[in-house]
Amino acid sequence: MFRENMEADVTFDSDDAGRFDPDTDDAYSSTEEMAVVESPPKIISRGVDVFYGDTQALFGVDIDIRPNEVTALIGPSGCGKSTFLRCLNRMNDIIDGCSVRGSITLDGRDIYAKSVDTVHLRARVGMVFQKPNPFPKSVYDNVAYGPKIHGLATDKDDLDAIVHSSLERAGLLDEVKDRLHEPGTGLSGGQQQRLCIARAIAVEPEVILMDEPCSALDPIATSKIEDLIDEMRNNYTIVIVTHNMQQAARVSQRTAFFHLGKMIEYGHTDTIFTNPNEVRTRDYITGRFG
Amino acid sequence: MTELSTNTPKPRDVSAIVTAGLAKRYAAERRFRAFGIAAIAIAVAFVALLFSSIIGNGYTVFVQTHMRLDVELSADAIDPKGTRDATVLARGDYAGLVKGALRERFADVKKRRDKRKLHGLASQGASYDLRNMVLADPNLIGQRISVWLPVSDDADMLIKGHIPRHTGEGSRRISDKEIAWLDALAEAGDLETQFNVRFFTSGDSREPELAGIWGAVVGSALTLLVTIALAFPSGVATAVYLEEFAPRNRWTDLIEVNINNLAAVPSIVFGLLGLAVFLNFFGMPRSAPVVGGFVLAIMTLPTIIIAGRVALTSVPPSVREAAYGLGASPVQAVFHHVLPLAMPGMLTGAIIGMARALGETAPLLMIGMVAFIVDIPGSFTDPSTVLPVQVYLWADSPERAFMEKTSAAIMVLLAFLIVMNGAAVYLRKKFEVRW
Amino acid sequence: MQLTILLATLLILTVIGFHMGRSRAVSTAVSGIGHLNSLPSYYGIYVAVWCGVPAGVVLILWLLFEPQVVETLVVAGLPEAARTLPENKLDLLLNDIRNLAVGNIVSRDVDPEMQRAADHYASIRRMGGAAMIGVVLALAVAGIGFGRKAISPELRARTRIENVLMVFLIGCSTIAILTTVGIVLSLLFESLRFFQLVSPVEFLFGLEWSPQTALREDQVGSSGLFGSVPLLAGTALISFIAMCVAVPVGLLSAIYMSEYAASKVRSAVKPLLEILAGIPTVVYGFFAALTVAPFFRESGNLFGIGISSESALAGGLVMGIMIIPFVSSISDDVISAVPQSLREGSLGLGATKSETIRRVILPAALPGIVGGILLAVSRAIGETMIVVMAAGLAANLTANPLEAVTTVTVQIVTLLVGDQEFDSAKTLAAFALGLVLFFITLILNVAALSVVKKYREQYE
Repeated sequence: MFRENMEADVTFDSDDAGRFDPDTDDAYSSTEEMAVVESPPKIISRGVDVFYGDTQALFGVDIDIRPNEVTALIGPSGCGKSTFLRCLNRMNDIIDGCSVRGSITLDGRDIYAKSVDTVHLRARVGMVFQKPNPFPKSVYDNVAYGPKIHGLATDKDDLDAIVHSSLERAGLLDEVKDRLHEPGTGLSGGQQQRLCIARAIAVEPEVILMDEPCSALDPIATSKIEDLIDEMRNNYTIVIVTHNMQQAARVSQRTAFFHLGKMIEYGHTDTIFTNPNEVRTRDYITGRFG
Repeated sequence: MTELSTNTPKPRDVSAIVTAGLAKRYAAERRFRAFGIAAIAIAVAFVALLFSSIIGNGYTVFVQTHMRLDVELSADAIDPKGTRDATVLARGDYAGLVKGALRERFADVKKRRDKRKLHGLASQGASYDLRNMVLADPNLIGQRISVWLPVSDDADMLIKGHIPRHTGEGSRRISDKEIAWLDALAEAGDLETQFNVRFFTSGDSREPELAGIWGAVVGSALTLLVTIALAFPSGVATAVYLEEFAPRNRWTDLIEVNINNLAAVPSIVFGLLGLAVFLNFFGMPRSAPVVGGFVLAIMTLPTIIIAGRVALTSVPPSVREAAYGLGASPVQAVFHHVLPLAMPGMLTGAIIGMARALGETAPLLMIGMVAFIVDIPGSFTDPSTVLPVQVYLWADSPERAFMEKTSAAIMVLLAFLIVMNGAAVYLRKKFEVRW
Repeated sequence: MQLTILLATLLILTVIGFHMGRSRAVSTAVSGIGHLNSLPSYYGIYVAVWCGVPAGVVLILWLLFEPQVVETLVVAGLPEAARTLPENKLDLLLNDIRNLAVGNIVSRDVDPEMQRAADHYASIRRMGGAAMIGVVLALAVAGIGFGRKAISPELRARTRIENVLMVFLIGCSTIAILTTVGIVLSLLFESLRFFQLVSPVEFLFGLEWSPQTALREDQVGSSGLFGSVPLLAGTALISFIAMCVAVPVGLLSAIYMSEYAASKVRSAVKPLLEILAGIPTVVYGFFAALTVAPFFRESGNLFGIGISSESALAGGLVMGIMIIPFVSSISDDVISAVPQSLREGSLGLGATKSETIRRVILPAALPGIVGGILLAVSRAIGETMIVVMAAGLAANLTANPLEAVTTVTVQIVTLLVGDQEFDSAKTLAAFALGLVLFFITLILNVAALSVVKKYREQYE
């Protein structure tokens, strides 16, 4: 069933042979993931080109992102993986001279269509950034920020409940419940990043984009966040950019390898890491460059 | 401190709620943006209003109304004994000649009061002009010549349209009769506006039509010379010391705090310092450019130091390291390599500091540069005034013609400032190095 | 003229010293220039410094202190009756003596006593001048001799020169401190003399200000009233009006420029705002008095409201315009210092631009903006020309912006410009006001600078 799906959904560029071939994917057997695969892709990108002024940063990227999975984007720095991630909630719009071509659909609807509102889109597709960026407000206000601007809470109690459950789901509640009204910037780096995750999920997005969320953190904080990501998979579709291959292997179900603005290979994480099709992928994973 | 409710939040359709709120939020967005545009529009409108009001009042200064009179340069009035001696010629009754020419022109004016008014049509400068002509060429004596002579400020204002003709006679400074005489002159083609040389070549005067800007320009130049001679070397030296050599200690911190604070001290306080220290304690001359220069130097020093330090920090450490690597001492490294590279930035800062000093008025009032000075200053200790103070002095005078002069003086001042700032921008662009 | 010739001579001597030093260094280096400790020109500079610096220092000291010394000597030579005159009368007398000596017009009849004093004055000055020239030139020549003798291959000329240079640099860097000390001392000194005449309590808390000094000692109300409260209130009122104009316009335009405007708009509007910043305050003053104040008065008449032609509103408004670019450039700096990551964080949650600005960027930038506003207030309080030209002279204790008020700076200018006698309470009051002004702005500046500094560190 999975194979049919993939063949139906993924079309390959003829010039770039064998990016992803499900037939070779014999390591794939988990029933849990089989169940996930049944639903249609959440996000479908086709032929996405991105330009910064005159320089092209991405060349024809095709990816299907499945719901309730963690999809990792890996590649050497400058390969375009963050650029692609930022296309998914149109964060590139705020950069002067950045233009996106091709199509990206969320639940079958083009997010670059004229009728789509970025505010609405970003409420559905949340984002967590490389460096923890809590607002210079209290912990509570950080989490309440999204619900407040979108008018999600009906009253104070409702807002409290949202903040509470978001912090809880971000695994931060126990650590901060006594200092909800102290500045969020006073937390440790790992706590700040989980605060940012809580802030993102308070809006109840469907997709969460994470741009190297652990790159500024120590190993313990990193492992907490990785656990959190794994848990969150049940409720959200997660796309994570990482330069850390172990991390990709640990948290993701699927992995896409980017190189020089092109997506080289996309497939199940196990396959990419154990038996990639592409020489470049293999070289990168074995540490020949990067 | 509130306890968070531990309820699970009720399920909600986020997408629908967000969509519902969008219209209102975008309206707020547009409002906010409109505020920003309005603020900029207000600022730009003020610039426009300021310039149009000043240019509108002052552009006419470049010309001065003259009338053509036939003057009998009678020997009786100028040189009755025929000595042709310059001192005698200089003392001649030229004003009387001008008056006579006017009476002759308007022979029907009989009443004493009317005659006085008629005489008032000519500027005092008319007799000066006549005298200069005679001094230049004594052979004119005894001849009857036709000359263009300047008219009085009120007549000038009327011709330039700054005094409305059709209001009641009582509410303007010029009477209907005077207007009729002027009109008669104009009809005969004996009234015209000529380029106002006097404004650019003479000093101050009580008579608006004789007052010129040159004295103030020279005063400003002398003052700024002193300022730059004092402020630039010591400012550069301070910047070099603080940036390159000073140890990090309390003394250095104290110096830095002082510099930053002095940059924000009201300029009038520097004037008080100048009055108390330079005039009262050291007994330096009042109203002198040298004292003005001292005060402005102290005032602009922080600007020059701060700009100098920025220029020095922008020189990369690799330049110093390269010099050390060749065996240069720290002093040699700084003075041979770093300082030349930082010099354009320092000059830019100095020019901007000078531009500020040129526009500064308040501290100079304190040290007496506000006196009424007719002569063009010839040295650093001569009493003099400067451009902005001249603006202040003229702005205080009630005559309408001084309003024109004030606006014109401002235009001259702004022209200098634009040139200086333009030079600073040019320097910065030309020597801008990207490391 | 004499001074110019002297300076030129000194300069020539210094140049000669330089050449002598250099050639001497070359000639002493028997075994080649390589054996010299420093390059030959450093020896030249060494001699030049010995020639120029001591002579120059003496010259400067003489220029600074000659008037006082001469004055003391002349006073000492005056008859007993003149010496015991009150200080201001003595000043007048000395002035006349000076004028008489140089041949200017004198304000009183010349008696033989005075003529003698004038001759005395002239002879002292002549002698002093001659002595000074002699000493300076002798010092310069001696310096050349000494420096030249000291030259030997072992002399570490470069190090010496660098030490001299370092002393010069350190000396220059203390000018800032000397200036502050000079300001504080001169203001304090004159203020203390003022407080001997008027009690500090009256000055600080008095509600009336009318610094009329009496023409005669026994005149009624000869003391004048020196309560500074109306002045401070007037200053506060005008500054407040100015801030009401400058803060919203400056802040909003900075926000628009840094967050919304396309780079083309920015590059067009920024120079315009910089023009506003570069216009001398006297121009604003003229604008206020010529255009704005009459406009307010006329429109007041139109609506039947009496607006004074020297209303606080006109001065405050124009002062606000003057401060717009200041507020906007500081706000611009501060807003650009807010990290981009906060903007992205907020936009990534689906906030609109204005929500991001109002709820994230402005709160984050608030300390810096407050610091900038404090600096702007300090500017408004110390601003002189606008209020001198557009605000009133009468000290009204009022909060009505349509009435005329006066400010601290206006009073300083009126008290010190024009005919004045030193040592009268009126003149000294200006210094006391200056002291108050200096301390208010000092506190504001220090507070603002430390707030801004802390803010910068937070995001660095």
